[in-house]
Amino acid sequence: MSFEQVLQYIFSGITVGSIYAVVAIGFNIIYNSTGIINFAQGEFVMMGGIIAHSFTPTMPLFLAVVLAVVITTAVGSLIELVFIRSLKNPSVLRMIIITIGLSILIREIALHIWDEKIRALPFFTGSEVTSITIFGAHISPQVLWVLGITALIVVALQFFFYFTFTGQAMRACAANRKAASLCGINTRKMVNLSFCLSAAIGAVAGCTVSPLTQTHYAMGTPLAIKGFTVAILGGLGNSTAAVLAGLLLGLLESFSISLLPMAYKDVIAISILLLILFFRPGGLFQSRQIVALKSF
Amino acid sequence: MIRIRNLESGYGKLRVLKGISIHVNTGEIVAIIGGNGAGKTTLLYTIANLVKPFSGTITVLGTDSTGLSPEKTVALGCSLVPEGRQLFPTMTVRENLILGSYPLMKKREKRRLPEEMERIYSLFPRLKERENQLAGTLSGGEQQMLAIGRALMSDPQFIMMDEPSMGLAPIIARDIFNKIEDLRNHGRTILLVEQNARAALRIADRGYVMETGNLIIEGSSEELMDNPDVGRAYLGKDFKRISE
Ligand SMILES: Nc1ncnc2c1ncn2[C@@H]1O[C@H](COP(=O)(O)OP(=O)(O)OP(=O)(O)O)[C@@H](O)[C@H]1O
Ligand SMILES: [Mg+2]
Repeated sequence: MSFEQVLQYIFSGITVGSIYAVVAIGFNIIYNSTGIINFAQGEFVMMGGIIAHSFTPTMPLFLAVVLAVVITTAVGSLIELVFIRSLKNPSVLRMIIITIGLSILIREIALHIWDEKIRALPFFTGSEVTSITIFGAHISPQVLWVLGITALIVVALQFFFYFTFTGQAMRACAANRKAASLCGINTRKMVNLSFCLSAAIGAVAGCTVSPLTQTHYAMGTPLAIKGFTVAILGGLGNSTAAVLAGLLLGLLESFSISLLPMAYKDVIAISILLLILFFRPGGLFQSRQIVALKSF
Repeated sequence: MIRIRNLESGYGKLRVLKGISIHVNTGEIVAIIGGNGAGKTTLLYTIANLVKPFSGTITVLGTDSTGLSPEKTVALGCSLVPEGRQLFPTMTVRENLILGSYPLMKKREKRRLPEEMERIYSLFPRLKERENQLAGTLSGGEQQMLAIGRALMSDPQFIMMDEPSMGLAPIIARDIFNKIEDLRNHGRTILLVEQNARAALRIADRGYVMETGNLIIEGSSEELMDNPDVGRAYLGKDFKRISE
C-alpha cells in the first residue's frame, strides 16, 4: 500500500467516523437527560439530507439546509411531546421498543413522501470532480466540510454544556432529575430540549455527508447501529470519547476494505459492539472515578 | 407563612399522609419528629410538589401552591434540602451552587449571583475552599453543607430540611444545627424534619410528632421535651432511666 493510499483510507475513515460520532453524540444527549436510547437517531440524519434535497430546486443550498434542520428539530421535539412525555416511569425495554417503532414509522413515512431513489445534495463547494491534493492524496472539499462542521458541533456542544446556564441545567437533569426540579429547573423542558438538540445535530450531519455518501429513506437504521456501537465504545453518555470512538470505527472500516472483502465491513461494528458489551461495558475510555460517582 | 390543611398524599394507591394540618409562622423553626416510615419525607415532598396530594390545601407565603409544579414552588421562595442530599455528584461545588440559583436567573436577576455565592461561602467557608472539587468526593458533612447552600442560593424565605444530621458525627451535626439557628436568626422560616429529636427540639420553637401518617402530638419545644410519651418514644428517656 502506498503512502497516498494510506492517506486516502485515513481521510475516508475519519469522514465516515465523524458522522458516526455525531450520531453517537445524539444518542448520548438523549440518554443523559432521560436514560432512553433513541433508536430513531439515524432517522434524523436521513431526514436532514432528504428534506434539504427537496428544497434545493427552489432555494439556495444554505437555506435548504437551514430549513431541513429546523424541520427535523421540530419533529424531534414533537416526538418527545407525543411519545415520550406521556409515559410515566416507563421500563427501559418499553422505551427501546417505542423508539424502534418510531424509527420504522419515520422510515415508512419517508418512503411514502419521497420514494426509494437514492439522492444526494450538491457539493457545498465545487462538484464531485473537484479535489484537493494533500500529500499526494486526492480529497473532496466536502470531506473538509464534514470534518469542519463535526468539529464545530463538538466544540459548540462542549461550550453549551459547560459554559451556559441552560447547558448546565441539562447536565443537572441528567445527573439527578429530582434534585434538578428542586433547584427550580423545568425538567420536562430540558428533556424536550435534548430531543431538539439531537435531532438538530443529526440533521446537520445528514446534510453535510449527503454529497459523499448519498441519502436514502432507509439509511437510518444502519447508521443507528454504527452510532450505537460508537456510543457504547466510548462509554454511554460520554461525548468526547464518542468522537474518538467514532474516528476509530471509521478508520477500522476504511482499512478493512483493503484487507477483507467489502461485505465484511459491517461485521466489524457488530463484532466490536459485542466484544465491548462482554468485556468493557463502561466503554473504552470510561474513567473509574466518574463511574464510581455516577452510581453514588 | 405556610399553612397546610387536611393534607392527604401518597404514592399511587398507597395513602401515606392521612389528613395532616400544620402551620409555620414567619421566623419560626418548627420540628417534625417521628419514626421510620411515618411519612415525614412524603410530607416535605408533597409541600415541594414533587408528590401530588390526593386532597387538602397548601398555602406557602400567601400563595395557594397546591398542585403547582416543583419549579414554580421553588420560585415562590420555598426550598427543600432533601433527604440524602441529592447533589449533582459529577459537578463541582461551584456548579452545584450556581444551579441552586436557577430561580433567580429566570427572574433575570443574574447580577445577584456573586452576592448570593458570597453569602453561602461566608456561612460555610469550607465550601469556598472546596469550590472546584466534585460534589461526589466531598465528606458527608461537606455534602450536607453543600445541600443546604444550594437550597439557599435562590434566597428562599421558607426552607424545609429533611434529616440534615443524618450520618454525621455529633460534632458536625451540632455545627449544622447551629447554622440552622443562624438562618432563623436572620429572618428565615424553617421546617425541620429530624430523627435526632433532642437536637431538633433544642433549636425549634414548636414541634409536631408524626406517626403512620397522622400528627399525634403538637406543642412548644418545651412541652414536647417534657411529654412522657415523646420522651419514651423519641428521646430515649426510659433507656436513660434504666441505665442510671
Ligand atoms: N416512592 C415511593 N413509592 C411508594 N411508597 C413510598 C415511596 N416513598 C415512600 N413510600 C412509603 O411511604 C411511607 C412513608 O415514607 P417516608 O419516606 O415519607 O417516611 P419517613 O417518615 O421520611 O421515614 P424515614 O424517617 O425513614 O426517612 C413508607 O411506608 C414508605 O414505604
Ligand atoms: Mg424520610
